[in-house]
Amino acid sequence: MTAPAPPDRRSHDRPGVLPTLDIADLTIEFSRRRVWTPVVRGVSLRVMPGEIVGIIGESGSGKTLSSLAALRLLPRQARIAGGRIRLKDIDILAQTETGMRKLRGDRMALIPQDAMQALNPTMRVGLQVGEPISLHKGGPLKATLRAAARLLETVHIRGPDRGIRAFPHEFSGGMQQRAMIAMGLALAPDLLIADEPTTALDVTVQAQVLRLLREIRDEKGTSVLFITHDLGVVAELCDWVYVMKDGEIVEEGSVRRIFADPRQPYTRMLLAATPSIHAPLRPRGAA
Amino acid sequence: MSGDFLQIDGLAKDFGGSGWFRRSAPVAAVADVTLGVPRGQTLGIVGESGSGKSTLLRMALRLIRPSQGSIRLDGQDIWALSGPRLKAFRRQVQPIFQNPASSFNPRQSIGQILTAPLEVHGIGTRAERREKARDLLARVGLPVDAFDRHPHQLSGGQKQRVAIARAVILQPQVVLADEPTSALDVSVQAQVLELFDATRRELGLTAVFVSHNLAVIRQVSDRVAVMRHGRVVEYGPADQVFADPQHDYTRTLLAAVPDHRKMMRPAREPGGPE
Repeated sequence: MTAPAPPDRRSHDRPGVLPTLDIADLTIEFSRRRVWTPVVRGVSLRVMPGEIVGIIGESGSGKTLSSLAALRLLPRQARIAGGRIRLKDIDILAQTETGMRKLRGDRMALIPQDAMQALNPTMRVGLQVGEPISLHKGGPLKATLRAAARLLETVHIRGPDRGIRAFPHEFSGGMQQRAMIAMGLALAPDLLIADEPTTALDVTVQAQVLRLLREIRDEKGTSVLFITHDLGVVAELCDWVYVMKDGEIVEEGSVRRIFADPRQPYTRMLLAATPSIHAPLRPRGAA
Repeated sequence: MSGDFLQIDGLAKDFGGSGWFRRSAPVAAVADVTLGVPRGQTLGIVGESGSGKSTLLRMALRLIRPSQGSIRLDGQDIWALSGPRLKAFRRQVQPIFQNPASSFNPRQSIGQILTAPLEVHGIGTRAERREKARDLLARVGLPVDAFDRHPHQLSGGQKQRVAIARAVILQPQVVLADEPTSALDVSVQAQVLELFDATRRELGLTAVFVSHNLAVIRQVSDRVAVMRHGRVVEYGPADQVFADPQHDYTRTLLAAVPDHRKMMRPAREPGGPE
């Protein structure tokens, strides 16, 4: 018999507090040659207020689809075949498209992997970062641009007044990603959904972006759902983790517990397969 | 500084310096790089985007002409080669690229892809070449029926196995790999790295392995060069560079790597599961 496992307490769970995002028994089907096949099966996950939750999985595990479902932004060939999605007390699956458009940006925002592709190359950064404000609230352009400059400041872009007048290509990769985060923050949403936001970045820049996300959570209490394939990033950033494989959640737990005491063979395999700069090395052959 | 099997001395590459409408200042993609790889060893080159690591590798592959400096293989300047000696060099030195989907001809079958190098160098009969390709497919852990498939029918990991097979089919002495596992899932990456190392050891290959991933570089390298802005800022035995980095930039890089091992319990049995 092994020693009892360490307690797996979810520190953001408080009695009477509604989760920011609550997905229950979600099934997503994909159409292939007009046959609907389930690709995400019975996924249940939640994100508590002020919590950073990671979904980790390899390609094809369904991690991106599950998170896009929360925004109702599934690709055309995919449909939600069952389950329930709630944002606080709002039933996401009961919303009309108009209703969803009000929620996106306002209550939850997406930070995509490739900021360069997500930004409009012909539009100045300030207008894009301020766009959620002008779309949702209107108001004079000057006020929007002022707000955009403040947002750029929040994400530590130096010279925010110059920044709002710049075009995306004048920004480095890290600055573009920070501009996307600024755009996501424009309407102070309850939830940020970040889909591999640092995968395309160099490690030193990645470290800055991760620090920024943690700072936003600490200062604004924003919940973050962070999708990644990188165990190191999860260890660095998240409070709670869901491990996905082939459309299902195979294991969940506090970051501490998952890394100290992984229970599923798949989680153990992932841990063993991820190269580390600290792990002991097996001796290499040849001289 | 000479004597290593693969020896790079004072290597530099400038890009630009002319434009359609005005002269632009040349950009030094690689500046004053001196490195050596002893026979049978692996040099890892690590750096962030724009550090010049791929440009360096391309010069060693004789794909980009250096602006300055020399690359010598077994004492011979590779840029001074011509005729049969150049052909021999093309056989001795083989590349593995990051994205096999774009480095394979999508219209060729895996069999054609693997036998092409043998054909180009006029080795064996058609039957012998096919035999050798089949043999190699099995050695890199692919099913025999992969021979008749096309690249798009294989997974990313399988394609990288084919890339390794193609790189070694001519029995080269040197393999130069540019981010060969960066597009792969971690579980697949682990298998491909394993195969790379086993193949390298079995054939006694000398290798240069370029990656942005410090943990991968640590795992495959005997020596490590850390590049930044076209220059080598740190160069030394792998364990020393990782255990006791001398340059501030190396320390910054290592500190920026998110790492899960810090949170793991020390493995109960040596080596851990698998």
